[in-house]
Amino acid sequence: MDSVISIKDVAKTYANGFQALKGTNLEIRRGEIFGMLGPNGAGKTTLINIVCGIVNATAGSVTVDGHDNVKDARKARSLIGLVPQELTTDAFETVWDTVSFSRGLFGKPKSPKRVEEVLKSLSLWDKKSSKIMELSGGMKRRVMIAKALAHDPQILFLDEPTAGVDVELRKDMWNVVRGLRDSGVTIILTTHYIEEAEEMADRIAVINHGEIIVVDEKAELMRKLGKKQLTLHLHEPLAGLPVVLAADQQLELKDGGMELVYTYDALATRTGINALLARLQDAGIRFHDVSTTQSSLEEIFVSLVKKPS
Amino acid sequence: MNWYAVRAIYGFEMARTWRTIGQSILAPVLSTSLYFVVFGSAIGSRIQEVEGTSYGAFIVPGLMMLSLLTESIGNASFGIYFPRFVGTIYEVLSAPVSAAEVLLGYVGAAASKSVILGFIILATAAVFVPLEIKHPVWMLSFLVLTSATFSLFGFIIGLWADSFEKLQIIPLLIITPLTFLGGSFYSISMLPPTWQTITLFNPVVYLVSGFRWSFYEISDVRVAVSLGMTMTFMVVCLSTAWWMLKTGYRLKK
Repeated sequence: MDSVISIKDVAKTYANGFQALKGTNLEIRRGEIFGMLGPNGAGKTTLINIVCGIVNATAGSVTVDGHDNVKDARKARSLIGLVPQELTTDAFETVWDTVSFSRGLFGKPKSPKRVEEVLKSLSLWDKKSSKIMELSGGMKRRVMIAKALAHDPQILFLDEPTAGVDVELRKDMWNVVRGLRDSGVTIILTTHYIEEAEEMADRIAVINHGEIIVVDEKAELMRKLGKKQLTLHLHEPLAGLPVVLAADQQLELKDGGMELVYTYDALATRTGINALLARLQDAGIRFHDVSTTQSSLEEIFVSLVKKPS
Repeated sequence: MNWYAVRAIYGFEMARTWRTIGQSILAPVLSTSLYFVVFGSAIGSRIQEVEGTSYGAFIVPGLMMLSLLTESIGNASFGIYFPRFVGTIYEVLSAPVSAAEVLLGYVGAAASKSVILGFIILATAAVFVPLEIKHPVWMLSFLVLTSATFSLFGFIIGLWADSFEKLQIIPLLIITPLTFLGGSFYSISMLPPTWQTITLFNPVVYLVSGFRWSFYEISDVRVAVSLGMTMTFMVVCLSTAWWMLKTGYRLKK
């Protein structure tokens, strides 16, 4: 597997004694969109900041495209673009100046053409001469993304890029992200909107209490950890579960007795569906429709982080 | 060497100067003019010549140093403190830049501003008193060296400070008294012998003395000593700033 970022046993304990990360290991593959999920304070931002060189790790090592991010920091960092979570922008500079500044800072020669492209892709072109402090929060967010893209990074970190952003900008942003992925850029994102991760990411890691609980392909994760539900829409309402079925913990009566919901593990060799149907027939319960649903990433996520650690 | 980054930081800082031109340039010019009006003309006319130079002309190098020191520290400390304060420093920390490049950009810009300021004050002074510069090359060398050294010192304060109050406290409580007591307005030979000895512990004495020598060939201490002391202070500041950037002191958690 061609990994572009390799995180080995990285731990971080802050000066106040808070252990933000416990020996973390992670491989990010070249060209993927990697989603990091976790509640606030889980350690996502700390991990990103360690990779980007903003926070010193207490232990462990990070290599970026083969370059150690401490010993060979210049090479490692020149490959990375970062859009941090906080809206930290200059105030008095113009959009054009601040985006051009980022390009220079990352060792790229001036390129008005490239800056123009970036500003246009984020609908910032007509704001190019505005001072940043005159912009709305959403526009400032765009500026921060533009700054990170101005130096043509091969790896892009987006730390909660859509927090407090309207629907239109979110769409724009994801279009930009898809475009970047298509051009070969590796993207690591954290988000609070799990449906975004579900929609965008190729692979997902769930982090909680400074530990990576699970890393997997999104589809695999949902298949492994997801529960399936079979809903039987009944002909006639049931007042309660028949005695023959009452002991079955996987079975629930819903919608005023009109629906019988059976929860099962999709990966199990025996799902119990055949047996259930046979028992229903024996009990004389008839149904006119069946449907199955699979739990969303959000439900999987909640069940993972709620587990006592 | 990432020269694009040096240019970007330098350009960013200089743009700030032009944006705040009133605060950066006009204010020191005004205060210097006031010193000349008060000390040079009003009081100075009653003071006899100091070592063969009129009092008004005598205080020019000292006044330049006074502004240079305050402005170098002020500009450089604010230049690095402000991005730390608002959080935009994340970008510099995550960029492929070395300590040398960061210093060249930030300190270089602050020092450039001070040198420009020095010339503006010199021009302002020329309006009030007849000036002569006997050693222009040395004058320029002292000007650049002092600007760079105290910009470095300011940069260190800007990295160390974790509040606006701390940012002000060293310039206010240490640098201003040292400058006033460092022979800006008098020759050390005018002091009682004990004070002459005590004064030699004030590093500003060496700066003012050497600088004044480049103008009028009068000095309180030997020029070589002046130069040596300034260089020593520069090396100390440079090493400290270097160490702070390398270790990420007060920059990285």
